[in-house]
Amino acid sequence: MSSTASPPDLSPAPQSDPSPASARAGAGSRRRSLHLVIGLVLVGIIAGGVLISYFWLPFAPDDTSGGRLVPPGGDHLLGTDKLGRDLLTQLLIGGRIALATALGAVAVGGVLGVSFGLLAGFATRWLDDAAAVVLDILIAFPTLLLAMLLVAGAGASLTTAILAIGLAMAAIVARLTRVLVKQVLGRDYITAARIAGVSWPRVVASHVLPNIAPVVLVNLALQAGLAVLAEASLSYLGLGTPPPNASWGRMLYEAQATVLTAPAAALAPGLALVALVIGMNLTADGLRDLADPRRAAR
Amino acid sequence: MTDPIIEASKVGFTYRGGKPVLNDVDLAVHPGQNVALVGESGAGKTTLLRLLLGLASPTDGTIRFDGTPLTRTRLRDYRRAVQAVFQDPYSSLDPRHRIGRIVAEPLRGLGLGTDPAKVAAALEAVGLPADTATRYPHEFSGGQRQRIAIARAIVGNPRLLLADEPVSALDLTTRVRIVDLLGSLCADRGLTILLVSHDLGVVAELCQHTAVLEHGRLVEQGPTSQVLGEPSHPYTRRLLESVPRLPQ
Amino acid sequence: MSLLTVAGLTVRDQAGRALVDDVSFAVAAGDRAGLIGESGSGKSLTALAVTGLLPPGLTATGEVRLDGVDMIRAPEKHRTATRGPVAAIVFQEPLTALDPLMTAGRQIAGPLRRLHRLRGAGLRAAVNDALDEVRLTDTDRIANSYPHQLSGGQRQRVAIAMALACRPRLLIADEPTTALDVTVQAEILDLLDRLVETRGTALLFITHDLPVAARVTRDTHVMRNGQIVESGPIADVIAHPSHPYTKTLVESARRFDAALERTARD
Repeated sequence: MSSTASPPDLSPAPQSDPSPASARAGAGSRRRSLHLVIGLVLVGIIAGGVLISYFWLPFAPDDTSGGRLVPPGGDHLLGTDKLGRDLLTQLLIGGRIALATALGAVAVGGVLGVSFGLLAGFATRWLDDAAAVVLDILIAFPTLLLAMLLVAGAGASLTTAILAIGLAMAAIVARLTRVLVKQVLGRDYITAARIAGVSWPRVVASHVLPNIAPVVLVNLALQAGLAVLAEASLSYLGLGTPPPNASWGRMLYEAQATVLTAPAAALAPGLALVALVIGMNLTADGLRDLADPRRAAR
Repeated sequence: MTDPIIEASKVGFTYRGGKPVLNDVDLAVHPGQNVALVGESGAGKTTLLRLLLGLASPTDGTIRFDGTPLTRTRLRDYRRAVQAVFQDPYSSLDPRHRIGRIVAEPLRGLGLGTDPAKVAAALEAVGLPADTATRYPHEFSGGQRQRIAIARAIVGNPRLLLADEPVSALDLTTRVRIVDLLGSLCADRGLTILLVSHDLGVVAELCQHTAVLEHGRLVEQGPTSQVLGEPSHPYTRRLLESVPRLPQ
Repeated sequence: MSLLTVAGLTVRDQAGRALVDDVSFAVAAGDRAGLIGESGSGKSLTALAVTGLLPPGLTATGEVRLDGVDMIRAPEKHRTATRGPVAAIVFQEPLTALDPLMTAGRQIAGPLRRLHRLRGAGLRAAVNDALDEVRLTDTDRIANSYPHQLSGGQRQRVAIAMALACRPRLLIADEPTTALDVTVQAEILDLLDRLVETRGTALLFITHDLPVAARVTRDTHVMRNGQIVESGPIADVIAHPSHPYTKTLVESARRFDAALERTARD
């Protein structure tokens, strides 16, 4: 059609009018991609170790032939614990539990949280108010108390711990999702999609989820780190994985009595825990930058 | 005169537990006769537009489409005939979709086939190059985004375009170009426009019929020349006097 | 000497791009100048540079003298001291400029207390006067309202009252009516017109809307892509635009005026 009377405004999108945010973005994004690299390296080393542990372990988990509280070096790279078990072996097995907790809790918390958050995001009037109150109560409910109740019902096990941590996480994720969904639903492109005859389920799949996903994913990465810490606390308190499956929290508890004479037994799980949590937090921080639609779209 | 495409008769709307937002609104849009809905914030323009878009149902009165009441079952046919453009070009395009997918959305949603040639034709009709389809919204300026939104609205060849303040977020020079574009779409495609605007200059440029909404009621309506030339309602007169104009 | 002198002002971002490029103009005491430009023209950045309020990451070079104070190089303390009593700003969206957790009365009272050391009954009377002056006659109700309880026009009046409370010698208004309805815009423009007239306050009015600028300013500077492309008395600029961009701007505005005239005549 030729009658579009005047030349359209085909100048490239205005690159000027920079907001203060975009002026700062340059330095910030470099710093955050460094975060992402360091975070992924830390998580990668631990994940690699765990992967290897399924094929090869320095010693059998219950092999106590090396003698008690052997200092690091020699056959036992990190020494042995007070029962004579190899510490590196225990550390690797503990890593399995830590990663299983992170993945399991994120799966439980992510699926439940996003589903409930979506429903709550679509709710209006009293239903909306009710959802908000329920979520606030759930968030205020201590994870430890929830875990104790579950343990009392189902007995202490890794599954119970993951379930308890996942449920607590679900409430936090649901609250975040609800707010994000409400923001996206207020956008004109949602109205445009409805007028274009797109059904609600497809609006959710093609507009709502893609637009909330980056923020939710960053939050889940952060929550994964917290989940690992929560599992360690539960195990330390005896509410997590029972012996002999050494979780890092359990190892810390058992090393408590001998921390002055054999510090390696406490330092090893402690440092591993710190490395994994910091790794996950840095990854989350780095993902935040990728989550910017302007970057992700390119 | 030909039969109206849409016709609101005695339409009222009240939010649950609230005061009425719209009262006794009678408004008809006939093919080829662009209608302006003029009023200020809080007058009920947005609510009336939501009713006309089938996004909510009036609490009183009826909305007719091609002579028969608009019901849920007829919504799909209605949307093939009636599309919309919104005020804020930064909110109306999904930042995560390519332009091609955005413009094709009504084709898929309304079962009009997925012919990429239609998308290309719509982009051409709004004066955008073909490679626009593979790019993302953030690469475009406000005026270009509004063209993309117009392309999405006309891709399925609707008869009526509901335009909610389509140029008020744009710069003056861009405003002229978009108004020209809308005018040419009316002339070339037989498109009719229901324009919601508070800019009387744009109204005078595009619309033959004008309705003035104040506090949820239509206080005056008729041919634009009459409503803007010899306004009978004090509010319309005040509106006209408020328009800033260049000194001669 | 002019109240505000801007000479060779350039604002660059971190990449070194000039967003405001070698801009020079002056506003004398009691004068009314306009900066006209569309989005991306650099008009708002110019206003921020003038008040020393540029966002971090942007650097200004050149010369800005506000009442003799160098607003680019003077220490932050001097610039802050100059801002309130010499120059005040009114922004486009009063909702973001007002504190949502403070009643309108308390917000206006803030600068009055600081600068005029008013307390108690004297302060209350001054707040009422300030509200009266911006034609908010329902003073008690307005003073006790939070920003979200007021209409857009009322909020902008409160923002103007706050800006004028310290009796600044220059009022900078950055698109103060763009977010408002047409009838409210007309009222606010009348109000600004009258206030700067009666007090002899100088006005730097920033807008993309040529007819609005014509309504309140005397001298005008048309900006595009960071540069001033044309300056002069606004009546002359509108009657005989010399730069092609100004011509387009005037033609665009005339288009809608003419449509309105033609329709009304038919």
